[in-house]
Amino acid sequence: MMRFILPFVVFVVLSVFLYIGLGRDPREVPSPLIDKPAPTFSLPLLYDTKKQFTTEDMKGQVWLLNVWASWCGACKDEHPVLMDLSTKNIVPVLGLNYKDKREDGLAVLRKSGDPYALTIFDADGKVGFDYGVYGVPETYVIDKQGVIRDKIIGAVTPQNLRDRILPLVAELNKK
Amino acid sequence: MKNFLIALLLVLPTFVYAGEAKDLAEDPVMERRMIDLAEKVRCLVCQSEAVSSSHSDWSNDVRQIMRDKMKAGASDQEILDMLVERFGKSVLFDPPVDKETMPLWAAPFVFLFLGIVVLFFQLRKRSAVVQKEVTLTSEAQAHAANLLKEENK
Repeated sequence: MMRFILPFVVFVVLSVFLYIGLGRDPREVPSPLIDKPAPTFSLPLLYDTKKQFTTEDMKGQVWLLNVWASWCGACKDEHPVLMDLSTKNIVPVLGLNYKDKREDGLAVLRKSGDPYALTIFDADGKVGFDYGVYGVPETYVIDKQGVIRDKIIGAVTPQNLRDRILPLVAELNKK
Repeated sequence: MKNFLIALLLVLPTFVYAGEAKDLAEDPVMERRMIDLAEKVRCLVCQSEAVSSSHSDWSNDVRQIMRDKMKAGASDQEILDMLVERFGKSVLFDPPVDKETMPLWAAPFVFLFLGIVVLFFQLRKRSAVVQKEVTLTSEAQAHAANLLKEENK
């Protein structure tokens, strides 16, 4: 009996490990910044570079920071999802236009609509670097105390918005 | 003279090499130090490539930041710490042994130990089987003898 049970147990254990392991996206490197204070910064706005945004402005609010660029393909996929979200007034989404040309960034917003409460202009990507951005789009959920609570690597989809982002936002808003 | 020219032509290609991803550096010593350090850092966009040899935009940025930090007098360890702080330990090809990475480092030894235990019990079981006295009935003995005879024919 033992000679059948043991290989079977080994097989099951291996299958579970492989199922979980192979189901993961190796490009998704878990961010060490989760549950840490979001790096503070001060940057100009995309529309009016004379005006500055500082992270202090968002204290006391739950907000999303969406890192995007005109040269990024997956950003075009998530754009309609963000447009839809912006009409619902659930949570402010701030855009961080990352390593982009100002005209290109503006052109995208003019052409496909602007889902952002504000768009911050990170021309040289220094702020993106501090936030551990390595592949756009990336989206951060930041709480009222300015702590990063989650980071979505890759596009925001109706699925991860419904199952991951919005439940977290609702929970953080209660606190 | 002709031989000398041919020899010269043969040697010439050795001065051409592919080299690391191109970057402009004013200070070759610092550039060397930067490349050495960048070899220890994983390119997160390309995963199994080092930042030193990657042409990705992100790796370019990391190299530039390394240069800037070195110019500002940061030590190699300070630069690695800064990267780990932002991108996690997996950004290092050689992650430190600590609470979080312990299972990863210990796993090979655990499996080796399990293998030895299994082997030990298997061998003991087998030697127990081999050492057991085998008693045959006279009938079986005759049958076996018969078979051996046939085999030897």
